[in-house]
Amino acid sequence: MSASMVATAAPAPPRRRVKRSRMALHAFLIVVCSIWIFPLLWAVYISLRPLGDTALHGDFSLPSTLNFQNFIDAWNQANLPYYYLNTLIVAVPAVAITLFLSSMLAFALTRAASRFNLFMLLLFTAGNLLPPQVIIVPLYTLYLHIPIPHPLSDNGILYDQYLGIILIHVVFQTGFCVFVLSNYMRTLPHELTEAAIVDGAGIATIYRHVILPLCRPALAALATLEFTFIYNDFFWALLLIETGSKRPITSALNNLQGQFFTNNNLLAAASLLVAIPTVIVYLIFRRQFVRGLTLGATKG
Amino acid sequence: MTDLAPASPASPGGAGANHIRPRRGRLSLLSRRDKVVLGLMIGVPTFLDLVFIWLPTLASIGLSLTNWNGATALTAKNFVGLKNYQFLFTSYIPFWPAVAHNLIWLLFFVCVATPLGIFFAVLLDRELRGSVIYQNVFYLPVVLSLVIVGFIWELQYAPTDGFINGVLGRTGQDNLIDWLGNPAINIWAVVVAASWRHVGYIMVLYLAGLKSVDPGLREAAAIDGAGERQIFFRVVFPVMAPINVIIVVVTVIESLRAFDLAFIINQGTNGLELLSTLITNNSLSEASLIGFGSAIAVVLLTISLVPIVIFLTRVMRDQTA
Repeated sequence: MSASMVATAAPAPPRRRVKRSRMALHAFLIVVCSIWIFPLLWAVYISLRPLGDTALHGDFSLPSTLNFQNFIDAWNQANLPYYYLNTLIVAVPAVAITLFLSSMLAFALTRAASRFNLFMLLLFTAGNLLPPQVIIVPLYTLYLHIPIPHPLSDNGILYDQYLGIILIHVVFQTGFCVFVLSNYMRTLPHELTEAAIVDGAGIATIYRHVILPLCRPALAALATLEFTFIYNDFFWALLLIETGSKRPITSALNNLQGQFFTNNNLLAAASLLVAIPTVIVYLIFRRQFVRGLTLGATKG
Repeated sequence: MTDLAPASPASPGGAGANHIRPRRGRLSLLSRRDKVVLGLMIGVPTFLDLVFIWLPTLASIGLSLTNWNGATALTAKNFVGLKNYQFLFTSYIPFWPAVAHNLIWLLFFVCVATPLGIFFAVLLDRELRGSVIYQNVFYLPVVLSLVIVGFIWELQYAPTDGFINGVLGRTGQDNLIDWLGNPAINIWAVVVAASWRHVGYIMVLYLAGLKSVDPGLREAAAIDGAGERQIFFRVVFPVMAPINVIIVVVTVIESLRAFDLAFIINQGTNGLELLSTLITNNSLSEASLIGFGSAIAVVLLTISLVPIVIFLTRVMRDQTA
């Protein structure tokens, strides 16, 4: 019996062998993914434990109780809703203006293949790739000296203002978006524009009614991605915003660390609360998100 | 606006009598108004880009030759030639450690994180049940801000309360490992945390590239009897050359940009010095050594030009081909 089993098992049909290697692959991926997500799960675990529990037994211990009190405390004590609003005040206009400017620029630069247009594309792409620290010293000085009238700035300059931080996001992100959008626009058939020109449409009309509607998938992808980039920004807010109460939520989190989030449990809860919006955006717009990233790397 | 039909816009009123003119070249079709519109479309973003990126870049180079502190007016007296650089290379103690830490960051990304991302992409590039779930898990850290990544890993690395020391049983005062506080090892601990995010990023980029490889190539190689490993290294990897260049550029630039994690953990001091944190600390500190900070910025700029030029060359080849 066993001998015949062996005999039939040896020349296993290829499908079964494939199945077995599939099983091994799944097993491997499940193990690796478990390790991968563990730091995040650990943060969730710590955030659900009351301070009294971890203070008594240490963080590395089994729980006696789990509840959401840390989330409630972090939310109320540090006034988190206020900082979420700060982020929206910065991120929404920044994404809108970035897409507006970069779609126009990409449109203008892809109308014809000329040496000038290529140079401009390179200029913007290079600017986007620079490490931000390269420019901060003069930029900081510039921000202190550019006068801005009152409704837009409460101290008369660009520094320490929502406007200033919106502006730097727009400038830096335009480089990336122009690159992605010009790659995308180049894949659109030329005949469409030509037809519109023959019909007597002006440049503005072609941009608004021919190209822009066709770019909707790319714009949606970039909007998702850019919102996440700007939401997650720490550096620019650190550099260009001085007043703690004007900080967007991500840099505020770091700022509030010693003041309000005085223990690991509270800090873990606050971090997760700050992470939730981008995770939700990712899960809802996963396709757009990945597309936005990869449009820059691959064509179309 | 739901119409995707492209040829509907014609509102000839605004565009004058363009359609009567013969079609000679593109330029001849432009009315004066069109030229103004095009000028604005290019001019406005270019103005912003020049004023807020390229002017400061050039100013950094200029300021690096001065001893300006930002408080007084900048005069000819502030010019010190290459003194800042001389001091930087010979006497400024944190400089070479910062260079070394950036190099460690780069080498770890190049040798470990990036290959791991490519490996995961290759594993997931097949009809696999639950592939999206695996991808989401690898990708989740990329969606998080580095501030949050920093806090999450502080919970792993904490000396007495951290998970890692807990598992290793090294939480006693005599055998405790201070992952983030010990300057001999903390850069490695931080690079691991940074890789947690970098791997997912590379995986997504590479996966998109793999999806665009013509499946016929693989089938042909498989029919010729090539194994999976051979197919990847002999067929897929060479075809992916353009993506490979991007992956290299992304990896190098990400290592040069490294800042947030080190700054959040200890402001980039005590073993976590990086070029980026040195610039920030020197320029924005009480002493505000603007000239000196700019010299470090110019060093970072010079190094960054290598991957940037590689990338631009590729863009140029694409555009002119």
